[in-house]
Amino acid sequence: MNLASLSASYLRARPLQTGLSLILLALGVGTIVMLVLVVSQLEERMGRDARGIDLVVGAKGSPMQIILSGIYHLDAPTGNVPLASIQALTKNRMVKRVMPLALGDGWKGYRVVGAGHDYPEHYGAKLAAGRYWEKPMEAVLGAEVAARTGVGVGGRFAGAHGVSGQGDEHGAAPYSVVGVLGRTGSVLDRLVLTSIESVWQVHEEEHGPAGEEDRRAREAKREVTVLLVQYASPLAAATLPRSINSQSELQAASPAYETARLFRIIGVGVEALRAFAVVLIVAAGLSVFVALYTALEERRYDLAVMRTLGASPARLFGLLLAEGLLLALVGTALGLALGHGFASALGLLLSAEQQYPVTGLAFRIEELWLAAVALMVGAAAALLPAWRAYRTDVARILAQG
Amino acid sequence: MLSLKLAAVRHRYGAQTVLSVERFEAAVGEHWLVLGPSGCGKTTLLHVIAGLLRPSEGEVEVAGQALAALSGAALDRWRGRVVGIALQAQHLVPHLSVRDNLRIAQYLAREPQDDARVAETLGALGVADKAARKPSELSHGERQRVAIARAVVNRPKLLLADEPTANLDDDSAARAVDLLTEQAQSQGATLIVATHDARVKAKFGHTLRLGAP
Repeated sequence: MNLASLSASYLRARPLQTGLSLILLALGVGTIVMLVLVVSQLEERMGRDARGIDLVVGAKGSPMQIILSGIYHLDAPTGNVPLASIQALTKNRMVKRVMPLALGDGWKGYRVVGAGHDYPEHYGAKLAAGRYWEKPMEAVLGAEVAARTGVGVGGRFAGAHGVSGQGDEHGAAPYSVVGVLGRTGSVLDRLVLTSIESVWQVHEEEHGPAGEEDRRAREAKREVTVLLVQYASPLAAATLPRSINSQSELQAASPAYETARLFRIIGVGVEALRAFAVVLIVAAGLSVFVALYTALEERRYDLAVMRTLGASPARLFGLLLAEGLLLALVGTALGLALGHGFASALGLLLSAEQQYPVTGLAFRIEELWLAAVALMVGAAAALLPAWRAYRTDVARILAQG
Repeated sequence: MLSLKLAAVRHRYGAQTVLSVERFEAAVGEHWLVLGPSGCGKTTLLHVIAGLLRPSEGEVEVAGQALAALSGAALDRWRGRVVGIALQAQHLVPHLSVRDNLRIAQYLAREPQDDARVAETLGALGVADKAARKPSELSHGERQRVAIARAVVNRPKLLLADEPTANLDDDSAARAVDLLTEQAQSQGATLIVATHDARVKAKFGHTLRLGAP
């Protein structure tokens, strides 16, 4: 017998009220924990994908779309940019590096990205097997692509037109897998990498065999989809985007700015959900209060008897406070488990759709704050009932029989 | 040796005097009956002796301890260790087992929790086999035994009982008083029973008669 077991016995004696308080608190805490986990992981992941890329240049269109398609490979590209623009940018003294990407094909929902070897190197990727592409139609699979499709080095596949890989298959131009990347925790994991030439070849062969003249005309018209640009100096941010946007067919988009804008848009929904969760936690506090307060009436004789057995008013106060804290503690623990469970379930759902990965196994420091707040709510809800228990007029209650 | 000494004790609620005892002294081990009609202050007297109520005036000394000298939590703690109270309604904590209803007395008095002592006390009152039961599963008589067991589990120097024979037939009333006197005797405790029930008078050597104050 101690304070915890005694207060637990009172909570167990009222399973419905105790259950209601626990459920409300667990739902509120769980919702916030899930939001914290998902938003923080999304921000972290998006930040990692965009790290070191100062500017994305694509065809005229929405800057947000350029970022979503060029860095995160989530949206369709705005169009193509001529090869000549690469040379122009590379020559610019404010530019340190330009990585051209050619998009257009997909395979089983994963994007086939034409790029140079500098693209995986930028993300610090290491080959888990095989080698990088050297010749056209050689491909290297991202870790998740390899794991999910079960295709490894030596495998062959045909890309399909359209970045989602749902269009017509280019049966005539099968890729051969020459390498598989190790897991990077970046967008690379869900990409199929090949040379830019492969992407050109796939689309040119569609138009059938061509004469020498046709071929040359096509080569002159060759394009890439986006250019990932790294600045040589921070000063570039002031002038380079403006000078690019002044060219009629090009659009420059800043990942930092667009990502921040995206999170502001998502943020409205997140805030609404968070407000709802706070309402749940407040409701849980009220439920704890009502449960303890209404139970006081039937417990007042118990409390008086405890006084006759040697309990001081302060211990009765402590008993009621302990009940509030115990409810909050168990409710918070359930809520944390629930939040991580929600995040894991969401992660499973998203990974099935080949979207952004979310895990419920990560832990954020914000959860500790949340637990502290929930405990304070429990204690605050128990204060008034505890005060009434403190004031128990033992002689009067016993005299009433 | 005196176990209990009251001198010029009076208690008032507002203008109304509910208890007035000029002098009451009980020696260690004596069994006293406090008799009087309803409303004469019997329960108030027990509460004053137990330190649950501070009298408006007068002095109370129990086992050499002046209660006025103890304050707040010290008085509560003293009560838990020195006084055992068998309440009129035999109120037991309903959702705790019989055994836990005795353990709670040890816990609240900050005495060591001694399961052997709990078992011994339940055995002495003939309810050892009910240790795991809830109070609601017991008969009235069994609940009364458990209430007495709870009052004596901490080996009190002073055992108080308020109307222990209320609503009992003659046989049960006699048995309840026997249990109290047996327990007081085996503990060497001073027993004070407040009642308006004249049936049990013969069993007590000392009587304090309270009139209307």
